[in-house]
Amino acid sequence: MSGDGLRHATEGRIDRGTVLRFRFDGTAYSGHPGDTLASALLANGVRRIGTSVRLGRPRGVMSAGSEEPTGVVQLEAPFPDPMRPATMVELHDGLVASSLSGRGRLADRPDPARYDAVHAHCDMLVVGAGPAGLAAASLAVRSGARVILADERPEVGGASPDTEGDDWFDRAGARVLTRTTVFGYYDDNYLVAVERRTDHLGAAAPGNLARERIWRIRAGQVVLATGAHERPIAFAGNDLPGVMLADSARTYLHRYGVLVGRRAVVFTINDSGYRVVADLAAAGVEIAALVDPREATGGTVGGQVGGRYGGHVVVAAHGDDAHGHDVLSTVDIEPVGGGPTVRVDADALLVSGGWSPVLHLYSQSGGRLRYDEVVGAFLPDGCRQAVTVAGAARGLTSTTACLVDGVDAARQALTALGITPVDWSPPSVGAGAEGPPPATAAPGGVPDLRFVPAEDYSTHFVDFQRDVTVADVLRATGAGLRSVEHVKRYTTAGTAHDQGKTSGLLTSAVVGQALDAGIAELGHTTFRPPYTPVSFAALAGRDRGQLYDPVRVTAIHDWHVRHGARFEDVGQWRRSWYYPAEGEGLAEAVRRECVAARTGVAFMDASTLGKIEVQGPDAGRFLDRLYTNVMSTLAVGAIRYGVMCGLDGMVFDDGTVARLAPDRFLLTTTTGNAGPVLDWMEEWLQTEWPDLAAWCTSVTDQWATVAVVGPRSRDVLARLAPGLAVDAATFPFMTWRDTVVAGLPARVCRISFSGELAYEVNVAWWHGLALWEAVYEAGAPYGITPYGTETMHVLRAEKGYPIVGQDTDGTVTPQDLGMAWVVSKKKADFIGKRSFARSDTARPDRKHLVGLLPEDPTLLLPEGVHVVDPACLAGGRLPEPPVPMLGHVTSSYRSAALDRTFALALVAGGRDRIGDRLYAPLDDGRLVPVTVAGPVLYDPEGARRDG
Amino acid sequence: MTEDLPEHPDFLWRNPEPKRHYDVVIVGGGGHGLATAYYLARNHGITNVAVLERGWLAGGNMARNTTIIRSNYLWEASAGIYEHALKLWEGLAEDLDYPILFSQRGVLNLAHSQQDVREGARRVHANRLSGVDAHWLDPGQVKEVCPIVNISPDVRYPVLGATYQPRAGIAKHDYVAWGFARAADALGVDLIQHCEVTGIDVHDGRVTGLRTTRGPIGAGKVALSAAGHSSVLARMVGLDLPVQSHPLQALVSELLEPVHPTVVMSNAVHVYVSQAHKGELVMGAGIDAYNSYSQRGALRVIERQMSAALELFPVFARAHVLRTWGGIVDVTPDASAIVGLTPIDGLYVNCGWGTGGFKATPGVGWCYAHTVAHDEPHPLNAPFRLDRFSTGALIDEHGAAAVAH
Ligand SMILES: Cc1cc2nc3c(=O)[nH]c(=O)nc-3n(C[C@H](O)[C@H](O)[C@H](O)COP(=O)(O)OP(=O)(O)OC[C@H]3O[C@@H](n4cnc5c(N)ncnc54)[C@H](O)[C@@H]3O)c2cc1C
Repeated sequence: MSGDGLRHATEGRIDRGTVLRFRFDGTAYSGHPGDTLASALLANGVRRIGTSVRLGRPRGVMSAGSEEPTGVVQLEAPFPDPMRPATMVELHDGLVASSLSGRGRLADRPDPARYDAVHAHCDMLVVGAGPAGLAAASLAVRSGARVILADERPEVGGASPDTEGDDWFDRAGARVLTRTTVFGYYDDNYLVAVERRTDHLGAAAPGNLARERIWRIRAGQVVLATGAHERPIAFAGNDLPGVMLADSARTYLHRYGVLVGRRAVVFTINDSGYRVVADLAAAGVEIAALVDPREATGGTVGGQVGGRYGGHVVVAAHGDDAHGHDVLSTVDIEPVGGGPTVRVDADALLVSGGWSPVLHLYSQSGGRLRYDEVVGAFLPDGCRQAVTVAGAARGLTSTTACLVDGVDAARQALTALGITPVDWSPPSVGAGAEGPPPATAAPGGVPDLRFVPAEDYSTHFVDFQRDVTVADVLRATGAGLRSVEHVKRYTTAGTAHDQGKTSGLLTSAVVGQALDAGIAELGHTTFRPPYTPVSFAALAGRDRGQLYDPVRVTAIHDWHVRHGARFEDVGQWRRSWYYPAEGEGLAEAVRRECVAARTGVAFMDASTLGKIEVQGPDAGRFLDRLYTNVMSTLAVGAIRYGVMCGLDGMVFDDGTVARLAPDRFLLTTTTGNAGPVLDWMEEWLQTEWPDLAAWCTSVTDQWATVAVVGPRSRDVLARLAPGLAVDAATFPFMTWRDTVVAGLPARVCRISFSGELAYEVNVAWWHGLALWEAVYEAGAPYGITPYGTETMHVLRAEKGYPIVGQDTDGTVTPQDLGMAWVVSKKKADFIGKRSFARSDTARPDRKHLVGLLPEDPTLLLPEGVHVVDPACLAGGRLPEPPVPMLGHVTSSYRSAALDRTFALALVAGGRDRIGDRLYAPLDDGRLVPVTVAGPVLYDPEGARRDG
Repeated sequence: MTEDLPEHPDFLWRNPEPKRHYDVVIVGGGGHGLATAYYLARNHGITNVAVLERGWLAGGNMARNTTIIRSNYLWEASAGIYEHALKLWEGLAEDLDYPILFSQRGVLNLAHSQQDVREGARRVHANRLSGVDAHWLDPGQVKEVCPIVNISPDVRYPVLGATYQPRAGIAKHDYVAWGFARAADALGVDLIQHCEVTGIDVHDGRVTGLRTTRGPIGAGKVALSAAGHSSVLARMVGLDLPVQSHPLQALVSELLEPVHPTVVMSNAVHVYVSQAHKGELVMGAGIDAYNSYSQRGALRVIERQMSAALELFPVFARAHVLRTWGGIVDVTPDASAIVGLTPIDGLYVNCGWGTGGFKATPGVGWCYAHTVAHDEPHPLNAPFRLDRFSTGALIDEHGAAAVAH
């Protein structure tokens, strides 16, 4: 069809003075501001804009809104965007789009756009800015409520093209969000919307503006004025481009000034089709036939009609040789119940199968729906949340009724909010209008016609996007299916882009007819968010790249960067991993750092360790229940190592506890577990032991910690803290002192995670760098060396100190780690105690943490390899799987101090195998012999601790 | 890769009225209940069996999961039952004569920290010794398997490697459920829908029947298989199961041309995603933290998984979410299932599969049917006994199993 004359001379709210150029499937076209891609294509006579996914049938535009089931296109420029309903794409200069066959295409380059999210609170959220929504918002604004009004269209006024005038609406009084789809309704009146901010601007969109914005709205009351969708009717060929929902033709005329055809047939089962006839005829469209299965057609027809077919139905739509078989050219009409066929030429077939209230959000909110036989659709039937449904969304049809209903809904909602509604009605309604009217069908009532009876249902489409026909639905019921959810899955009806907005009720009706059951009984498939598709990027918002998860760095981080540290991620923290000198790799750097710590002095930034202060008269009792050992007996000034277990008796975290005062303790946790440990403590305090007077505060970022480690560490500290007695007798192991270090107020703890003489110096976070630099300077004469996590791991492993999460995995008890001493025998109870008595937890052959020494002292066992018993080998080779495994290597390093490689491993009955030879099967097929050793390989007597 | 789905058969199942008594009644018509019914009939010749389902057949988690199938679990007990299931999957379409669309496109579990790398390596080594196919891939190899994964070192949590199981993949959940249902129905099993069990009758320590919304039904043996509602059923006989129920959400995009050839899971950048047969991206992540029996969750969980998805797959930015939904998953303290006997004679329990029981479907059905038929666990489900929570013989799959989906 050529586009000539399809643009009406005066109708529509488009800017005829401005021409926008766009391309579709390679051809250049033009349109105007105010157009959608769909209206511009129709104005240009483009009817086929896609191909169906399964059957390869032609597809055109069916509607003028977001319920569009067929006119879904691929945008190519300004940026590839898959599967966009052409009815919702606002035209802009330079738009390039192409047709699809049911599948979209993603860009092969990153999306340059930005996305964001905002939180908003309001007394009343009104969804839908049609007559009901505008009236509701208007009353609420006048009554002094904080109102948000959201609508998916570019302007307020609603889906209906009838312009009654809405100048009484005070835009400034409410937060009006246009181009904003409320797509999810969650618990506690939390609703989520997406605002499209730049797409309509095309290339003119400012680069700094977020393309889409998520609104997270918490509303006191919600008024859903979400309107209604017109339904198609199933007949042969009802999917052909040119077949369209009837009222959409009015929208194309009045909003966009587009005639959807030159010669139309209107097929309606209710009176709403009659206003279509009237408006189109007035605009110069030839109405070839008006088909209505009702004998006595209701309304008078305000226009010239070629033929009036009361008591008739459309049985088929066809293309023909002359106009092509991919667009409509003739319509077959028959009497209800059969009879002679009349064939009418037409380029548009406008169908109204009745109206379905849009209750997606209502249903998502937990609202129940009830099938109403009079309206012929589902209506709202009660909800726990603070929500009211108004207007067409609850089955009302006239504009006046919707206005009155909107006011009434707002009145209810305001009253519930404790706000007194003012006395106001939209002027066109007049004062004193008493609402709300009852829901009714479109005037004239609804005959139960959903699909036109036929012998062959193979082109009676129910779901146009998924190519599902009445025949498919009948096949499903024939297979034994009774539930609409099963039929949906069997046929895929309702699973496409439009999620069944136009097909849902039709499918239920076919099932109902096949099973001789009512729609009320069958119900509907579940409505789920989102109401319309939402881009992944909008949902991700700003939480991407470096903002995906905050990077936590210590106060000393910049120094580490300047000194060439390599980093590793530990939870959210970025920690120094090692400090390679010129030409060094990991192995060389770590060796040098280890040697410094064992023979001279080294220092590390330990600020990331979790720190929790526990205060209160019951703090000691609380910690006694939390840790396996006793903490309440700790003297002020002293420090104790402790282990926490889960209820199952498995190690959950470890660290030190310092008693700061009788009612104050400072705990350290592993870096990665600081959050979970605090949660754990709070869970117990709040849910199990609310009687305990103890309070927990995270102080991780309050204290910067520098560990000074090695035989010369005392010398370094002495230089920095002249007021502190640093000798072993006055300042013994596992005690702490408040003092001044490098002129900074500091708490010094004598703790060692390396087996060497060591001090951990804590200062206020903002003094961290100053302290670190002072230590570096004071240590310079001793060759002080910074070290990172890798060296820390080696030093502790040489001493057999486990790392929770590396040498344990949630299946390891303190006893398994060889730390039975940390489990109190005296305490009445603590978390995990009961589990130690369970038969499996008490088994002697559990896996124990042991050392492994490869017989080849240069061979580094890969972490994660397993060990097997020589007894299971046959002829020096592994047996067929499953191969019995004794355990696995948890940590493995090269040790300068031991002058060889070594590993820690969890091995079944490991402590009873010390001295035994086991084998580790490697990736390359080698079976490596290893000898089991105790876990403490360096300085087992602990002689080095005091320097 | 995208394709039209094969059609379902013309006939699926009868809709019989419940009989007054059955030898075995299975409570819960999800994948597990249906597979159990099928194997009871096929392997053990027990056909006087009913499956009672309170809603529509296989409309629970079976209809809601993201269909990832793999067997590369850490512990021998887990690898044993999942690998048995995987072997059954490999022959299932033929066995059921149903196109279940089992696609062995491989599963990648990404590592983003040194600790992830250690855990991945450990699991690969354990899998190999257990006879499960397993590989460790470096970032370049990850990119070869799945070219759209972002392996740039300049992201928040760079990909440091991945475990890879080539025999893993996805299947089409409804087709699987209906395949089992049709086959069970054909062997004489009664599938009774809209029949909620409201009480369990026990006499002298032995189960005798059930009370249901469709009347009382006598039973020689009762096999519970009710996933998220297992603890509710067990309470009916005073049994406290160590199970917590949580919502788990998932979502799909529109149909897209093929971009994603495999299945990618990441625990640290928490999301898992595949592109299903028709072309939609199917995605999920972690459970909603709160206990609930309502099949809906919070949007925040979805927003977080979208952020994760775009970290790993920047090309997904303009894909659209068509639908989100939730199921109710039954989570145990050690993240492993419970399959076996109960203290009540003739009453059996299968639950606790949490976020990962779809992949086990044929394996569970096989072993649970054996357990019911012989009143004794099959060797493969023997470790999954209920009393392990009092003996302590746990099978803890939290630590190193990546995500348990
Ligand atoms: C979003 C999501 C994603 C998932 N992704 C995966 C994945 O990728 N891979 C994987 O392996 N697993 C996955 N799972 C887990 C998997 O779906 C479940 O572990 C598995 O389906 C549980 O077994 P089922 O199929 O028998 O459960 P269900 O299908 O839930 O069956 C239980 C049935 O019991 C019925 N029932 C309950 N109470 C009663 C009663 N009183 N009377 C009668 N009937 C009753 C229920 O209605 C239900 O139909 C996922 C789960 C969810 C929710």
